[in-house]
Amino acid sequence: MAREVSKGRKAAVTALAWGIGLLIFFPILWTVLTSFKTEAEAIASPPSFLFFDWTLENYETVNERSDYLVHFWNSVVIALGSTLVGLLVAVPAAWSMAFVPGKRTKDVLMWMLSTKMMPAVGVLVPIYLLARDTGLLDTKLGLVIVLTLVNLPIIVWMLYTYFKEIPGEILEAARMDGASLSSEILYVLTPMAVPGIASTLLLNVILAWNESFWTLNLTAANAAPLTAFIASYSSPEGLFYAKLSAASTMAIAPILILGWFSQKQLVRGLTFGAVK
Amino acid sequence: MLSPAVILLFLWMIVPLAMTVYFSFLRFNLLMPGTEEFTGFENYLYFFTDPSFWPALINTLTLVLGVLVITVVGGVALAVLLDQPMWGQGIVRILVIAPFFIMPSVSALVWKNMLMNPVNGLFASMARGLGLEPFDFFAEAPLASIIAIVAWQWLPFATLILLTALQSLDQEQMEAAEMDGAGWFWRFLHLTIPHLMRSITVVVLIQTIFLLSVFAEILVTTNGGPGTASTTLTFLVYMQSMLQFDVGLGSAGGIVAVILANIVAIFLMRMIGRNLEA
Repeated sequence: MAREVSKGRKAAVTALAWGIGLLIFFPILWTVLTSFKTEAEAIASPPSFLFFDWTLENYETVNERSDYLVHFWNSVVIALGSTLVGLLVAVPAAWSMAFVPGKRTKDVLMWMLSTKMMPAVGVLVPIYLLARDTGLLDTKLGLVIVLTLVNLPIIVWMLYTYFKEIPGEILEAARMDGASLSSEILYVLTPMAVPGIASTLLLNVILAWNESFWTLNLTAANAAPLTAFIASYSSPEGLFYAKLSAASTMAIAPILILGWFSQKQLVRGLTFGAVK
Repeated sequence: MLSPAVILLFLWMIVPLAMTVYFSFLRFNLLMPGTEEFTGFENYLYFFTDPSFWPALINTLTLVLGVLVITVVGGVALAVLLDQPMWGQGIVRILVIAPFFIMPSVSALVWKNMLMNPVNGLFASMARGLGLEPFDFFAEAPLASIIAIVAWQWLPFATLILLTALQSLDQEQMEAAEMDGAGWFWRFLHLTIPHLMRSITVVVLIQTIFLLSVFAEILVTTNGGPGTASTTLTFLVYMQSMLQFDVGLGSAGGIVAVILANIVAIFLMRMIGRNLEA
């Protein structure tokens, strides 16, 4: 039951919350606005907030530099590729742990989680050398492999917490009714498992898209995804703010939209089921 | 069905880590191939006596603690605020969560150039508008500026988790306390905070794991400088192994970072493990 509150109090809370929300969101809003300015207006002082000549020239310039699309495509391949490979390996593992738990299932889960606690910098040198010696340095395949392994524990854990909520009795009931194994999987399990798999996919695409340690250290010109491409803009001059903003807006927009859809899964995935 | 995942993760954990341990006992520089030799604990000695080591350790702890304090205090406050009845709650929630989805290199560059730049940044124009001298954030307070950026990225995470936890707070208990004449502050201190303690612990532990590895934010803003003013352990190891090509020294530093992270990890694992029983 919602508690009764006075209109005045509700208005005050609303004003405060919106104020703080807009303040936190402001750097993103400012980036998007700046991406529609000319370079001169982008560094004008005092800055104009909305009343400037809106232009799309920065987006055209950034897109004309063909390398932007290459980096964008790298991000897509690496984020989707590492997530899909991760799911392929993780679904059977999580499935067997959730439905046929053994004595050591809990230990295996905890051990998987512990691999996530290893700081990346602790294995930077060997991974770099291994990638170099196998010719995987600065390739998309190399990053797909590394990011798959980096995120595999989270994928297994998320899937496990979702699969565990599927009641085993339903499977038994289907079997009692004479369902064959294939129809059991197709008509009973899949519909119940798909939402969990979709949420896991979503969160891991986001994590892989933004991953900024391995992508910066294992790529150069060829396989660099957007994280590394944008980092190369870090010159101190003020002549490129509008273009930097346009490139940034395009880099963050798809993931921001996906992220807003995945708020609930985010809590669950990143706390390993400890907070639901 | 379990084995592919287990084997992959086992290899991923053991092989590179064993290599790091091995390298850390070698004199091994990529610029001088063929001169590798066993040196015992020499690399560790060099790492601990490196003039950058203590500043880096202190900077790491300052960064982690600074961000934790800001995000936990701010997160509790924001979660309590967002839990109140208001108009447009869903939209405010979306605005507050947004920074978490921004890739680190973008947030760092946006803050560094468009907001904090002492000549062309927005803060500088605001300062000039008020008749003040613009502040050169990354020259005067590099670590504090990085803390601000990282806290901005992680505040949404803390808020979101604490808000989720807050929504499972027993409303009847709250109302009973209210009817018994308990004031707002008393209820916050004796009902809300104890209810949130477990989630706060989870937030602190998970953030610590990620914060120990903050990298891109330092790389694109200060590059660890000026001097060692914003060099953390992660960044120090990166410089030693990737810029000075001293694999032996960098590996020794990597092992130190692993040990530091494991101390935190043990506490986190216990918490999550206990939760798994329930």
